[in-house]
Parts: sequence; structure tokens; C-alpha cells
Amino acid sequence: MPRLREVCRYVRSKNAGPFWITVDLFFDGPGSYALYADDPAIGAAAVAQLYGVDAGQVKRFKVDALNVVKLSFPRLKPQGGALERDMHGGQQFVPLLDLDLA
Amino acid sequence: MTVDETRILVPCGALGSGVRADEVDAGLALAPHAIALDAGSTDSGPAYLATGKSKYSREAVKRDLAILMRAGQTAGIPLLIGSCGTSGCDMAVDWTLDIVLELARAQGDTPRIAVLYAEQDKAALSAKAAAGAVRALSPAGPLDDAALGPCGHIVALLGPEPYIAAVEAGADIVLGGRTTDTAVLAAVALMRGGAPGAAWHAAKIAECGGLCTVNPTSPGVMMSVDGEGFSIAPLSPTNHCTPYTVSAHMLYENSDPFRLVEPGGVLDVTDARYAALDERTVRVTGSRWEPMPYTMKLEGAGGGPFQTMMFVGIEDPEVLADVDGFVGRMDYALRRRLARTLPEQAAQIDVSLRPYGWNAVSGRPPPPGAPPPREIGLMFVATAPTQALATEAAKVCNPFFFHFPVREGKELPSYAFPFSPAEIERGQVFEFHLNHVVATDSPFELVRTKWVETAARARASADA
Repeated sequence: MPRLREVCRYVRSKNAGPFWITVDLFFDGPGSYALYADDPAIGAAAVAQLYGVDAGQVKRFKVDALNVVKLSFPRLKPQGGALERDMHGGQQFVPLLDLDLA
Repeated sequence: MTVDETRILVPCGALGSGVRADEVDAGLALAPHAIALDAGSTDSGPAYLATGKSKYSREAVKRDLAILMRAGQTAGIPLLIGSCGTSGCDMAVDWTLDIVLELARAQGDTPRIAVLYAEQDKAALSAKAAAGAVRALSPAGPLDDAALGPCGHIVALLGPEPYIAAVEAGADIVLGGRTTDTAVLAAVALMRGGAPGAAWHAAKIAECGGLCTVNPTSPGVMMSVDGEGFSIAPLSPTNHCTPYTVSAHMLYENSDPFRLVEPGGVLDVTDARYAALDERTVRVTGSRWEPMPYTMKLEGAGGGPFQTMMFVGIEDPEVLADVDGFVGRMDYALRRRLARTLPEQAAQIDVSLRPYGWNAVSGRPPPPGAPPPREIGLMFVATAPTQALATEAAKVCNPFFFHFPVREGKELPSYAFPFSPAEIERGQVFEFHLNHVVATDSPFELVRTKWVETAARARASADA
């Protein structure tokens, strides 16, 4: 039962416009991608719960050619407001790293 | 019918970020048809649109412009710049125009300059909304006075058509207001008959310059578009594009890696194929363009409340053994002090304590059993309707913030303030307010084009 960080060579997050965050999970090869890309721990419902957003608003894409799963979800507050902590969303991937995969 | 290849020299991802003259020279040797790049984005936050000020320094922008204007003039090809001055609002475009005119005078150039303004009038947008021509994008509400009112500047993202019209009318330099990153790069390729799917896809890949190469610190790329597809290669002879670096760029800052909505259509790269043409160049085919009714995205931002901050460093192991408990007790004490000292205004003041080195970045509870940090930087932020009140709140909190004991009854400690005075007036908070698209009758409806004839100006000043 690996953690996400053990089967990805790179995980990153970034703003996608002022209202969305997008996360890219670069699996470490086709083997890990085939085994874990559809794992419920990184499914829309789990991601929605982790980031406090509505599951219906999570967009999830599989990019087979790159062994990448992409997750996009709206920010709780638009980029840059009074209580902003991560202007570019560049650290928003961190809570995913230790998720246990089946 | 065979379509001639169109080569667009993209010198870097953003004007002012550092064009390399040697790369531009290497690109010019390949006989490009235009130089095109982007100068702005919402990426760095709402302040630039709300204030109209540039993110990059004037000198940095001037340096890049000097290289690019000389290159355009030498090669006799147009220079197209989108989203001038970061936000692409009118004052940011005029700021860029001022630098261009200063350089033209200094270089003895007399370029024909087309200036494309993208800033929008609130009343005109309200009328569009009333006519049902404005659609809110998730997550946003309707385009009403509550959304428009706080905006300092509102821009509509231009498509390629005004650039094409300007180049066809003989512009040497086109300075665009806010434009989609892709439109300014795709314009000349579309004008010359390049396949729309290929032109838009090439532009998306090239929009951040060297980010689609193996060495992103080498900023320039050449995109070459024809009737079937496009190829892309770095300008630097020592850098490379690979099918992986090129296809992976579709992930970058996009919420959808396959479909990109643009003015007048959608780029769909679901079936795109990426192949190495040689060790530096990638060829891409199979990109599709689906024409749609013309829409332009709106961006708006304005000023909100004001903030004053303070910052202390803490190494005391007694504090660090229970950071959450310490910060929680301090938060309670600061709020009580504000309520007692500023009873009339306390409800308007927000106080935020963020322990850097513990959990300030996310604000989430650290995992159970996390070991104590070696030190923390504790940031205090007061947010209030005026700068004066935010600073007043910081000063009221100052003695508690500086001397808050680890537990009641203990001697008063002193934490490590790095500055005097302790409070730092951070200025205004800026906020994005619009996330809407507006349907237009034509790609030109919301654009104003101004021509600046520097030759006539130079003659007039010589006659004077």
C-alpha cells in the first residue's frame, strides 16, 4: 500500500486563472500509472473532501501518453484576497503526497 | 493547396523577463515572419490589474524592447506584443507605448505603431449583461453592479483578429491590451493561412517561451506553422524540445489539458501526435480547431481593505513544544485586547496569525506527532477598512505580540523583532471580481485601435 509520493516522480500544483487550482500527478512510469491512476484515494470525491470543495466541481483528466493524472478544482476564495496564503497555488499539492493508495 | 510555412520568433515567455540577444540573432537567421510575445497575465495576482501598474520594472521591459525593436527593424518583420504592462489595461498599454516611443527616438526609428486597447466601460458591460450577452463562468455570480462596482479596471481578452488587421494595414509594431496568451502568437500564422488547429496549438506550446524545452532558462523558441501541423524548436542551438517536454506543456496552468477555450472557438488537442523531427525539433499534427460563436473573457480587479503586518522570530523551545496552543492563546488575547481598546472599530478588524515554520503556508493542522520546529517566524496581519485603522490595530496588539508568555504567570519573554518600527504598512488588498465571458457581434466590437505614426511625429518635431 504505497503513498502517492512513492509512485510519482513529480507532483505539482499551480493556479489556472484566478479562480482555479490545477494539480499534475506525474507517475513514475506506465506500471504505476496503470495500477494507481484510477485509485479512489485520488478520485474526484476524495480530492473534493481534501480541499473542501464540491465533488461536482472537481475536474479529473487522465493523460495516458504522459502517465499523468490532472486534477483541477475551484479555489475557496479567488486568488489574492485578504487571507491569501499561496498566491500561485504552488504549494497546494502537498496534502496529496502522503495519501495511501490501495 | 500547399500552405507556406509561417515562422514566429517567440523570444521569451513575458516581455521584461529577459530576452537573450544571441538567441534572437539565431532566430533571425531562420527568416521568421514575425516576432510575437506576451507581456502579461493574471498569474501574479490582482494588484496589477487593479492598479494598472506593471509587474516588471521599466528598465527590464525597456531592455527587452530595445533588443526586439532592433531585431524587427533589421529583419523588416512586425513585432507583436500582447497584454502590455502585465494587466493589458489602457494605462499599462500606454506605459509600454511610452517606452517604445522613447526607444524609437533614441534608435532613430520611425515605426508605424498600432495600439489595441482592451479596457472596458462598466456601463457598456452592464448593457451587454442586460441584453443577455454575458455569461458567468464557474465559480462566479451574475455580472451585476456588485461585481462591476469594485473593479478599478476591466479588460476583455482580445483574439488574434485585431492583430491581423493591424499587420495587414502595415503596422511595424502592434502593442496590444489584454489578449489571450495564444492569440498574439497565433495571429500572423492564421493571417498567412496556417491551419487554425496548428496555429493555436503552436501558440499554446510557445506561450511561456522556453518552458516547453528541456532547459527552461533558455527563453526563446521558434514555432513554425503550415497547413497540416506545426513544429517547435528552441532558439538556442544547445537547447532541445522533445515530444515529452512539448506535450507536457499542455498541462501547465490549464485546468483542462485537452481543450482550450479561445475567442471564436475551442482548441482540441485530444488526438494530437507529437514526434521528434530531429534532436531539437518536435513536429505536432492532429490538433483541431472547433469554431464557436465569438466570445471574449472579462477580467476585473479592484482595491479592498488595507493591511498592516508585524513579524517576530521565536526560538524558545517552550513555545515551540506547543505552537498550536501558543498561537491559539495569543489569538484569543489579541482579539480581547482589540475589543477592549478599540470597542467601536474591533468588529471591522481581522487579525490573522501565521506561524511560518509550522503550518502558515497551508493553515492546516500539522500531522499528529509532528516534531517541534527549530524556530518559527510568526506573522501578524491586521486587515481593516483603512490603512490607519490596520496600523492602529497592529500598535494596539504590539506589546502582546512581542511579550506573550508561554503560559499565564510566567515571566514576560521578548521575541525577536527584526525591524523598527515593528509594524509594516503593507498597503491595500486587491481582489479579482469578474469571471465572465461576453458574446460580441464581431472580434472588433470591444477593441479600440489607435495608430501612432512616428515618422509624422518626427517630421513635425523637426519642422517645429
